[in-house]
Amino acid sequence: MTMPNVVLHVADVHKRFGGLHALADIDLQVEEGQTHAIIGPNGAGKSTLLNVIIGKLAPTSGTVVFDGAILTGRKPYEINQLGIARVFQTPEIFSDLSVLHNVMIPALAKRDGAFKLNMLRALDSETGIRAEAQDMLEDVGMTSSRDMAAGSLSRGDKRRMELAMCLIQHPRLLLLDEPTAGMSRHDTNTTIELLKKIKSRGMTKVIIEHDMHVVFSLADKISVLAQGRIIADGTPDQVRGNPKVQEAYLGGTH
Amino acid sequence: MLAMSRNDLLLFLGFTIAVLAMPIWLQPFGAAYPDLLQRFTIYAILAVGFNILFGLTGYLSFGHAAFFGVGSYAAVWSFKLLSMDAIPAMAFAIVVSGIFALLIGYVSLRRSGIYFSILTLAFAQMSYNLAYSVLTPITNGETGLQLDLADPRYLDRAFSAAPAGLPSPTLLGAPLTGYAGFYFCAGFLIIAFFIAQRITGSPFGMMLKGIKSNQTRMNYTGFNTKPYTLAAFVISGMYAGLAGALLAITDPLAGAERMQWTASGEVVLMTILGGAGTLVGPVIGAWLIKYFENIFSAINDSILTRFFAFLPEGADHVAVTIASKFVGEGWFLTLGLVFVLIVVFLPGGIMEGVRRIVGLFNRSGKTPRHTPAQVQPAE
Amino acid sequence: MFEVIFLQFLNGLDKGGAYALIALGLTLVFGTLGVVNFAHGALFMLGAFCAVLFRQLITFETVTIDPTKLSPWGAPLEVRAPLVQTWFGDFGAVLVNYSVPFSILLTIPVMLVIGIALERGIIKHFYKRPHAEQILVTFGLAIVAQEIIKSFFGPNPIPQPMPEGLRGAADIGAWLGMQANVITYPIWRLVYFLFAGVIIGGVFAFLQFTTFGLVVRAGMADRETVGLLGINIDRRFTIMFGLAAVVAGMAGVMYTPLLPPNYHIGMDFLVLSFVVVVVGGMGSLPGAVAAGFLLGILQSFASMTQIKAIVPGIDQIIIYLVAVVILLVRPRGLFGRRGVMEA
Repeated sequence: MTMPNVVLHVADVHKRFGGLHALADIDLQVEEGQTHAIIGPNGAGKSTLLNVIIGKLAPTSGTVVFDGAILTGRKPYEINQLGIARVFQTPEIFSDLSVLHNVMIPALAKRDGAFKLNMLRALDSETGIRAEAQDMLEDVGMTSSRDMAAGSLSRGDKRRMELAMCLIQHPRLLLLDEPTAGMSRHDTNTTIELLKKIKSRGMTKVIIEHDMHVVFSLADKISVLAQGRIIADGTPDQVRGNPKVQEAYLGGTH
Repeated sequence: MLAMSRNDLLLFLGFTIAVLAMPIWLQPFGAAYPDLLQRFTIYAILAVGFNILFGLTGYLSFGHAAFFGVGSYAAVWSFKLLSMDAIPAMAFAIVVSGIFALLIGYVSLRRSGIYFSILTLAFAQMSYNLAYSVLTPITNGETGLQLDLADPRYLDRAFSAAPAGLPSPTLLGAPLTGYAGFYFCAGFLIIAFFIAQRITGSPFGMMLKGIKSNQTRMNYTGFNTKPYTLAAFVISGMYAGLAGALLAITDPLAGAERMQWTASGEVVLMTILGGAGTLVGPVIGAWLIKYFENIFSAINDSILTRFFAFLPEGADHVAVTIASKFVGEGWFLTLGLVFVLIVVFLPGGIMEGVRRIVGLFNRSGKTPRHTPAQVQPAE
Repeated sequence: MFEVIFLQFLNGLDKGGAYALIALGLTLVFGTLGVVNFAHGALFMLGAFCAVLFRQLITFETVTIDPTKLSPWGAPLEVRAPLVQTWFGDFGAVLVNYSVPFSILLTIPVMLVIGIALERGIIKHFYKRPHAEQILVTFGLAIVAQEIIKSFFGPNPIPQPMPEGLRGAADIGAWLGMQANVITYPIWRLVYFLFAGVIIGGVFAFLQFTTFGLVVRAGMADRETVGLLGINIDRRFTIMFGLAAVVAGMAGVMYTPLLPPNYHIGMDFLVLSFVVVVVGGMGSLPGAVAAGFLLGILQSFASMTQIKAIVPGIDQIIIYLVAVVILLVRPRGLFGRRGVMEA
């Protein structure tokens, strides 16, 4: 039933909070290598859906399958180790540590797995990991802030660093939760540029977003969520022309 | 594999020299006698170990003294049952306190933040209460566990006849009293510092700092944070066990009051005062507290009267009365006040103060490389 | 058998009352100010020493030497007269006898001032700082308070007499229509239990029926929203801290006849009260009260010789054991809400 090129399959997911039906009958197939956007007005259930995918919330019914493995009920670190990395709405970073160390930590997680009692080796002698992190920082254009404390970065730079932290793990699936939320125009644009740049790397991406501007220029496929249901599915052009979407979303905000 | 960076090596060498030369440079301060020097090193080990947990992971344990006490009991039992030699006593103490820490840590670390603090406090109080009551056969209750002429000491008896009188701890036959005792403890402090330094600079240490900084990110980055914190907890418990054993080696008896929460609080004080999260800070904190405890508790009214004798009649009495509240028995009042002031104005401890002063002089230079170590709970 | 159980149940009530009162203040402060107050036990202790101080003041004596009379040893007779008695006559004697309850009059203003001064002087600077630093600073304050008391009142416990009329035991069994002299219970413990009930009721009524209480409860539920409404929460929170201090102080005053206070009595109670708060659920007022009594009673049962014979030492650790179990199986405590100190 799962197509060979479908890497993430959200199958028939329902989520109820008490009487509230937050997600109903969600069926979503994300194909390998594509950028799949999930859009919808505030309160449509986007974040709930993301949290179900990432295992933070258990669905009331239904399953989430990633590359043949059921994600439901797994811990966040297990899901990461399967090859899924996540960018948060507000960047989750190690504020007290240097930018370089911020990027080295995920590289170590990729190499050493969920736990390794590696306390005899000096971090300074991890030249491989260090070089990898430096390359990654160069990729995202942050070499100059390498030794700064991450907490002192601008919001846009924090986001860029967080992306670098995810990309260094070479995830098979990258989840982005409103990557430009709360950003200035300038930061939004640099973030979109960066996302476009990494698009060519061929990793699968799921973007949760309510800013249409961001989505139409990035996504291969868009699913529109309204009141906990998927009301439309297709290429950006198909979705743009869909009257239901116009009514539920575009009409409402524009 | 054990290569160290230049800075680390310098720090380690400097520390080693400072510790070994303590009998010399503490002379002018009137603190260069073995008994006090031993306490300096022992409490420094305790604080360095506590810092591996609190300083690196941000988990504030309020029950650390339990491992200290367990270490002492274990060492004394080793003296009683096996031998007066220090090595089996320490090995036994480290193993027992490590197991104890593994059990308590496994349960306590299922929660974080203040719940973790309260869980550790609860476990420590339980241990303390039990040591005073039901466990009297093991702890000898209020009297404390002491050596006895009738102790079997199987290992010692196997090799030699029982000596007359109570024996005292030895190292391969050499007595560990006075300066020998100090250098013995100092050696362990240097080893303990070295290990702490290695841990701090290792990938493992970086993971612990990551846990302190942002546990959510650690989880979503693919780390199972529990074994990391548990490892830090156990290591830190073993440090406390080692310190407890050394205390029993310098003075072979163990009492339950060593496990009381006030003792746990004292370790926290030392670490905060010096600077949590730094390597040298906890050592300085331990030394300062033990030094001033020693000085302040020894001051009495007659010393104060002599000190304030230059004041006019009447004023000197007032000065003595006020000052006497802060010394002698009142030493803890001073300690409490200093502690409050430190937490309010200098939460990074003395090390942060030093950094700020250095920063003032380097204002024109580049921006400081280190961010101030902050006391943060693990959320 | 029923009598034994009932008696143990009663025995737990006074201690439970003290736990409940301390935990109530602790959780009020935590719920409103978001501060983990390790100095709360010290407030209990300060209250207890208000009773000691009050008694020392009113029993201040004048010593006059009456040369006309001789003592049995032939020296001039010293006549000691408490000042209050010379001034107020019989009322003075009543005052001395009932010094403990009367000292509440001293305790309330003193604790209010201490509480407000603490909050304005130090605690308020810690609202936004990490919990670990709050724990540390209040821990330091507790040491300071404790040591100040020690330097003025000495290290030894100072017994406070029960008022004469309230000594002895009440035959509760007979009141309830059971056999006489089977279930007797010290009157003062009964008084303490009723007192705790009244204070707890008062605090709840205050929070339930006044506008002030409404705002505070709203603030406990959602501080930001209330702040957005333009209500000055800060001043109310100062008063809440003062109130919590008064509650702790009164709990301390009335407990003095049951347990002679020394300078570290606060810490002994604090550790237990934290456990009570955690068991009840951080930030839940009914939880604090219920858990206070529950643990007091549990402790009382655990000290029964029959129980101790089965599980030795259980009386020493029962409270901590319950806390550990609760924290592990029900991390939010018995009445804890979601989102309060989630970890």
